[in-house]
Amino acid sequence: MAPDLGPYLAIAVFLVVAGMISLLMVMASFVLAPRAPDPEKNSAYECGFAAFSDARSKFDVRFYLVAILFIIFDLEVAFLFPWAVALGGLGVFGLVSMLVFLGVLTVGFIYEWKSGALEWE
Amino acid sequence: MEIFLSVWLVPGLILLGKILAFVVPLILSVAYLTYAERRVIAAMQMRRGPNTVGPFGLLQPFADAFKLLFKEPILPTQANSVIFLLAPMITFTLAFVAWAVIPIDAGLALADINVGILYLFAISSLGVYGIIMAGWASNSQYAFLGALRSAAQMVSYEISMGFVIVTVLLTVGSLNLTAIVEAQKTIWFAIPHLPLFVIFFVSILAETNRAPFDLPEGESELVGGYFVEYGSIPFALFFLGEYANMILMSAMTVLLFLGGWLPPLEILPFTLVPGFIWFFAKIALILFCFLWVRASFPRYRYDQLMRLGWRIFLPFTLIWLTLTAIVLFAFDLLPDPNLPPGL
Repeated sequence: MAPDLGPYLAIAVFLVVAGMISLLMVMASFVLAPRAPDPEKNSAYECGFAAFSDARSKFDVRFYLVAILFIIFDLEVAFLFPWAVALGGLGVFGLVSMLVFLGVLTVGFIYEWKSGALEWE
Repeated sequence: MEIFLSVWLVPGLILLGKILAFVVPLILSVAYLTYAERRVIAAMQMRRGPNTVGPFGLLQPFADAFKLLFKEPILPTQANSVIFLLAPMITFTLAFVAWAVIPIDAGLALADINVGILYLFAISSLGVYGIIMAGWASNSQYAFLGALRSAAQMVSYEISMGFVIVTVLLTVGSLNLTAIVEAQKTIWFAIPHLPLFVIFFVSILAETNRAPFDLPEGESELVGGYFVEYGSIPFALFFLGEYANMILMSAMTVLLFLGGWLPPLEILPFTLVPGFIWFFAKIALILFCFLWVRASFPRYRYDQLMRLGWRIFLPFTLIWLTLTAIVLFAFDLLPDPNLPPGL
């Protein structure tokens, strides 16, 4: 018997089909198109200069900061998903405990704001 | 052998046919979205737009596709070639698999899973990977800076999108997309949640890196952003992925706020039109707004963009979410989780 994965099997097959289409397109371009590699053509784009240095250099720490803040708030959203669906059956306790949780995060958010983590000059 | 045929082969082929019934029209819509974009913006700027290839220029997207197919694919020497080629494939694949759960009419989805909206949220979050991988693997200054900007921008607006989705879920009480649409039978959520609808629309502009938030590929500063090193088909995959994402995000807006396949009024002339026509018409309307915004507004500055996301949208959606929860609770309007969704 075929295992009954229901709709998730369809998603998995969809994933494989979409992946195959993109793979085939890339392969088709390497097969069909003319190729004439040249050191100048294959160098990184730098407005006509040879690259001064490796591109993977230092970058602004604020990008890290945004990423860390994102993780906090995205986790918060992940906690809110099941709560939002089930709130009708949770009663006052469910509502108040989530409000306390959101309150704690809001205090943290105000601290971030005041300490300038959200400033981009 | 007969068992193999009846249990695996026949259902497998049916499933494959259904998937292609989603993928092929989607690729065609992407092709004609690029055409529509050029025509609409041309009309707004009193130009003609593409009108030479085929009648009214209708074959222009195919001409572009074949041109890209016969262009030389370039692998830059300092690039990590595997990641470099994997990045556009990931972007393309993710933009397409999300369509597996979109219901285009009542009960007409490839996979009507119970956690549909969670799946969409997860897939759209993964979109950042393609961009970061492209920027890193290209090993070029412009691509790297473009990828960093794009990633920071996408994650910033994803948070307010998340809060907006949670607020809608509070009103519906189910993660199933069909249930979300059925819950809008009495009134579309765009009316009681009007500010959220506006915020969601602006957030999807930022999420898909569209004007006026197209800083990652701001031509005047970063040349092409994260795909500056790409050409030929890998570039086409990025392009297809980006436009498929635009259509996907518009479909999400329609499902969450504009009542999906429901007609605007449940009266006779409107109910005669089949549901999927309404669904596509609403998507087309949102997509037209995408193009309209692009033709009308100048590009944002990066600090303004971050300010809008973190200091205006985030607090506002958080407050609206809390208020919605309290109001629904106080007036005993919350959906009962013991009932099947959609009732």
